[in-house]
Amino acid sequence: MSTPAHETSTHKTVVRLRGIGKRFPGVVANDDVNIDVAGGTVHAIVGENGAGKSTLMKILYGVQKPDSGTIEVNGAQVDLASPADAIRAGVGMVFQHFMLADNLTVLENVTLGAEKLHGIGSGARARILEISDAYGLDIRPDVLVEKLGVGARQRVEILKVLYRGAKILILDEPTAVLVPREVDELFANLRELKAEGLAVIFISHKLDEVLSVADQVTVIRRGTTVDTVTPASVTARQLAELMVGSELPSPSTETSTVTDEVLLAVERLSLPTDEGRALLDDVSFEIHRGEVLGIAGVEGNGQAELVEAIMGMRPGVTGVIRLADRDISGLTTRDRRDAGVGYIPEDRHRHGLLLDAPLWENRVLGHQTRPPSVKGVFIDKRSSRADTERIIEQYDVRTPGPDTLARALSGGNQQKLIVGREMSGEPILLIAAHPTRGVDVGAQGAIWQHIKDARRNGLAVLLISADLDELIGLSDRIEVILRGQLVGEFDPGEVTPEQLGSAMTGAREKA
Amino acid sequence: MTPRMTKLSLGIGAPVLALVSAFVITSLVLLVAGDPVGEVWSTILSVPETRNVANIINSATVLYLSGLAVAVGFKMNLFNIGVDGQYRIAAFAAAAVAGEAWLPGYLNTLLALLAAILVGAAWAGIAGLLRATRGVSEVISTIMLNFISTSLVAYMLRRVAVREEGSNIIATKQVPERSRIPGLSLSGEAGTEIYGFVFIAILCGVGYWLVLNRTRFGFDLRATGQSETAAVASGINVKRMVLASMLVSGGLAGLVGMPILFGGAYSYGSTFQSGLGFAGIAIALLGRNHPIGIALGALLFAFLDEQSNPLQILVDVSPDIVKITQGIIVLTVVISYEVVRRYGLRLEQRHVAQALERPESKSPEVPA
Repeated sequence: MSTPAHETSTHKTVVRLRGIGKRFPGVVANDDVNIDVAGGTVHAIVGENGAGKSTLMKILYGVQKPDSGTIEVNGAQVDLASPADAIRAGVGMVFQHFMLADNLTVLENVTLGAEKLHGIGSGARARILEISDAYGLDIRPDVLVEKLGVGARQRVEILKVLYRGAKILILDEPTAVLVPREVDELFANLRELKAEGLAVIFISHKLDEVLSVADQVTVIRRGTTVDTVTPASVTARQLAELMVGSELPSPSTETSTVTDEVLLAVERLSLPTDEGRALLDDVSFEIHRGEVLGIAGVEGNGQAELVEAIMGMRPGVTGVIRLADRDISGLTTRDRRDAGVGYIPEDRHRHGLLLDAPLWENRVLGHQTRPPSVKGVFIDKRSSRADTERIIEQYDVRTPGPDTLARALSGGNQQKLIVGREMSGEPILLIAAHPTRGVDVGAQGAIWQHIKDARRNGLAVLLISADLDELIGLSDRIEVILRGQLVGEFDPGEVTPEQLGSAMTGAREKA
Repeated sequence: MTPRMTKLSLGIGAPVLALVSAFVITSLVLLVAGDPVGEVWSTILSVPETRNVANIINSATVLYLSGLAVAVGFKMNLFNIGVDGQYRIAAFAAAAVAGEAWLPGYLNTLLALLAAILVGAAWAGIAGLLRATRGVSEVISTIMLNFISTSLVAYMLRRVAVREEGSNIIATKQVPERSRIPGLSLSGEAGTEIYGFVFIAILCGVGYWLVLNRTRFGFDLRATGQSETAAVASGINVKRMVLASMLVSGGLAGLVGMPILFGGAYSYGSTFQSGLGFAGIAIALLGRNHPIGIALGALLFAFLDEQSNPLQILVDVSPDIVKITQGIIVLTVVISYEVVRRYGLRLEQRHVAQALERPESKSPEVPA
């Protein structure tokens, strides 16, 4: 108000957090968190996973109550006991994992639970179109959600929150699931939102994005606010160092370890669907010993299907998959794993872990057929626990011990456990699908190092990632996948993220 | 408290919480109905006589097997409502086989038990097969199979049964005396005998625990129950596990009627006890699918059933009041387990946070 800077001159503080503290739950509690968010701005909150961002946002969204401190919204102190209270106060949240019913239309999804506002018919439809137009969301109310892409689903989530009257939007890692073009579109939407005077609280790991879209950036470390800066005054690297408080790793690979020996050969892999459009269309490639092959592509262009086809989790796949000259196309998932395939799945909660089982049982998962997990038909608890201790030690999994439930760990530590587990069966092929998605900077560096180690130890690595810097930094070769086809090969030493981005969307002319 | 102690006390806390609230709610029902609350409870909670203890153990044996059968399904996230139909058709088959006495003595018993297990497994296997191949919900198919089994047994009974003299009751041929499983008298007096089958039931419980917690098959089964997607990614053939667990569940269900057949009824007739499969669902829930928990649950239900018998005579209250109690127990159990589960998870997260707060260094803490 008093500052003459044009960005904030007319914006008054709409959210004021003072001395927020939370002893538990959560792996790291909040302690003396102070944040001011101004209306008409995008306010980024950055910090490592487990730094306390999620707890803080849950407090602001009424999911959890703080032990100490005050929350003011629009100048009035509020007591948020539930999300309903938060919505009434004008605070809305878009979660990282979308909460949409696929088999309902956009209109039905938006009105679900908010039927009282504008009904479920033409009134609601008109309101949705009105909001969509006002903020350039480009949403059609009568489309089935299952027909929408990731970016459009996210816009539906944003619209859902706006529909309920939110003036303060919390977006939890909104770009984690988006490709560069969609990120740009999202940012354009966010600029529209703030131009209309709304406040956007933006949580992210991707510091470049934060710097490009935010007006203010608050850094949280170990549960407390470290600093609030303007993007103009810091670089991404400085910001990252504020977050971790130490020197940063980088993904770049060392000298090539690629050999002539083909470990994985995929020949003419196809996955037709009943509707005719193939999810995978005649995909062929080879990965050599000591080579990392990166797959770049817009989400939903066949990456997940490719991984699942190689893992044997998809029925109806045609083509041949050879692992070290052995045809594994006809084998079950278990036999493929036993043949030497390690698999870091894209969604660790769905595919990687038994959340309510102790860590040592999670160590056994996927390795039920071989020592140290089993002795004959029996599970070998003692050896499994011992080996879990080894993984905890070697892979720096921060946990009290192997009997802790997987659910109690932070995302980064869960992922490190998975990496450690998948590397423990002496695999010759490692499939890593989005290995650092949703993990903190510290764990990210560690996981990158493990992938580099795997490569140096002579594994073939198939790396799928939406993080182009990660792909370029780790891969020896990058293939671009578009509508189930491999459409171009790039040398990561020469390609830029922009070139990859245009190849991924099909804009690049055929080379 | 050590984490192990915490886990144990939470494990005991949940059912205690459930039981206390069930008793309170039942008391309220009694109050509203104007029945004598104090007298009802003093009758039910009185010390049972030896004869009653025998009855309690006997019905608990049967309920225990039923609870185990349901629990196998629960561990896989399969809701086998069909235990009821499975045990009745299996008991009929076993009775028919035993009645024919193709083999002498206990060989005949063994053959009949085998028949019971196979028939129970096959009947549940239909639902398993439908689920694995066609995605038919086992809830629906097992309910339907219950009806079919009722009719099928009635139909078959007409064909193989003999009419008891001077009665309208029809039943299969009597199990020959040398094939019966002798009871064990608690006090030496008549009427205080418990089924010899109780030991077989205990063995089943031990086997259940061993297979589920210590074997690869059990691990695969539990993993599939916890997360089907993670199971698939880990290489478990989920369809095969669905079929296998339904077969095991049905096989155990096949044993449910056996204590009665070989320990008391000696034939399968139109009066053979029914409804045991549904009680098993409640007991598996109450016992948290744990073999000892299920045993305690079975004993509790058997206790309530037995102790409520004299209510009508002594205090003029219908014994059906314990059915209300049992029903409420199931509801409160589900709620209190969820409450305690969430509380336990919070404790665990706090424990992790505390353990991680201490070291500033990067090295993980390994408990000594």
